[in-house]
Amino acid sequence: MPMLLEVEGLHAAYGTSRVLHGIDLSMRAGSVTALLGANGAGKTTTLRALCQMAVRTTGTIRIGGERADGRPTGRIVRLGVAHVPDGRGTFLALSSEENLRLGAYGRRDRAGVAEDFERVYGYFPRLRERSGQQAGTLSGGEQQMLAIGRALMSRPRLLLLDEPSFGLAPLVVRDIFEIMRRINAEQGVSILLVEQNAALALDIADSVYLMASGRIVLQGTPQEVRGNDAVRRVYLGA
Amino acid sequence: MQAFLHQLLAGLATGGIYASVALALVMIYQSTHQVNFAQGEMAMFSTYLGWAMLQAGLPYWAMFGLTVGLSFVMGALVERIVVRPMRQAPVLSVVVVFIALLMIFHSLAGWLFGYTIKRFPSPFPERAWYGSAVMSAHEVGAIAITLAVMALIFGFFRFTALGLAMRAAAQNPVSSRLVGIDVGWMLMLGWGLAGAVGAVAGMLVAPVVFLDPGMMGGVLLYAFAGALVGGIDSPAGAVLGGFIVGVLENLIGSYVVGTELKLTVALVLIVGVLIVRPSGLFGRTIVVKV
Repeated sequence: MPMLLEVEGLHAAYGTSRVLHGIDLSMRAGSVTALLGANGAGKTTTLRALCQMAVRTTGTIRIGGERADGRPTGRIVRLGVAHVPDGRGTFLALSSEENLRLGAYGRRDRAGVAEDFERVYGYFPRLRERSGQQAGTLSGGEQQMLAIGRALMSRPRLLLLDEPSFGLAPLVVRDIFEIMRRINAEQGVSILLVEQNAALALDIADSVYLMASGRIVLQGTPQEVRGNDAVRRVYLGA
Repeated sequence: MQAFLHQLLAGLATGGIYASVALALVMIYQSTHQVNFAQGEMAMFSTYLGWAMLQAGLPYWAMFGLTVGLSFVMGALVERIVVRPMRQAPVLSVVVVFIALLMIFHSLAGWLFGYTIKRFPSPFPERAWYGSAVMSAHEVGAIAITLAVMALIFGFFRFTALGLAMRAAAQNPVSSRLVGIDVGWMLMLGWGLAGAVGAVAGMLVAPVVFLDPGMMGGVLLYAFAGALVGGIDSPAGAVLGGFIVGVLENLIGSYVVGTELKLTVALVLIVGVLIVRPSGLFGRTIVVKV
């Protein structure tokens, strides 16, 4: 399998405070990779660094073999990366249809965009019912669906999801994770998932990285991570 | 009755001018949360550019189009060169820079074109509209052009992909970057559009107030009052607010306080709105959940 994402020696800093200290990470095309760790371990920063957003980075990032480090965020979007940031990044004052349309910003293939609208509404029928509604008035679960839908509208190869379960009821979380699994299987979209809820993430992922204090401390399959007693005690709280 | 009607309609005509400038103010406020105090002087400078073109022998409508285009470029350049480096600066510094811009455009116009008052022609004939005594052809034309410009602006923001991207960049720059929007370009475009709208307002008001470097001082105050009455974050509100202020200014000026105190009306409105209803008629009160 070709590598979709290759990261070597990634350092990142906000101003003078350094947050990531040399991350190595790689993802096969079509895989679901979970990035776990305690609060403040640098998970969100890692996702931001991949998009070259709001942080200064050094080190190399390759997406589909192409160098992405030092490129503007818009260029990285066109390399096929869609990022659902923490807090979902919803355009609250716009309608939910306009939110989806923005996801397809810069695409010229009208027919393809129309197709993707149908695809997104297929996964999230609720969004079709809510299409004219102001996004800020949607429920938390609907906003998360909208955020994932918006990301899909760019026809990404790699989906970066930052805590999709945050603040949602367990039933809603289960639905959303089930849909993420289907999106991965049916569309071949690779997913890099940052999650506090380790049990959920281990269920869906086929590769796991564990972070602490801005470094990768363990990499393995979900089975290996589950089987590691020290890891379970310290990081997974189980 | 005839006189009252005349004052009312004349108020609408100048209200249209205020509405245009208010719209320009709101467009910039929405995307950057800055109030461009130099908006009026930029419009005045644009009008001088138009005047220079007329002196050079250009026909009116060619001058009109060219002036709007040049003003677009001028607005975009001001954003790129002056405003963008100030992005992280404290509010007070930004205010000072805008006031400096105001002075620069003011002095530049005086230096280049002189301080003597000049006539600026109207594209409309100098007579009453269809023989009616209540409205001049210029007033009717000014209202029509103002409404057309506004329809264009609203259509652009509502129905085009670029307009949607500009609205998105204004309200959530971080997410906009993540969907591939170049937020810097959108800000430049916004300033350009504001400059263009201001230029139209300047060219429409100049035949009435005559052209001199101070001609937009009062207009900017009225426009500011209009934007506040309508709600500084609502384009539709700003337009309506501009018309309301225009009519109030004229009626109160002719029947209550006299023309000398007209400008006071704007100031009283500004203070009044800020005390009674700071978000304006159509503005959203932003509730922050903690």
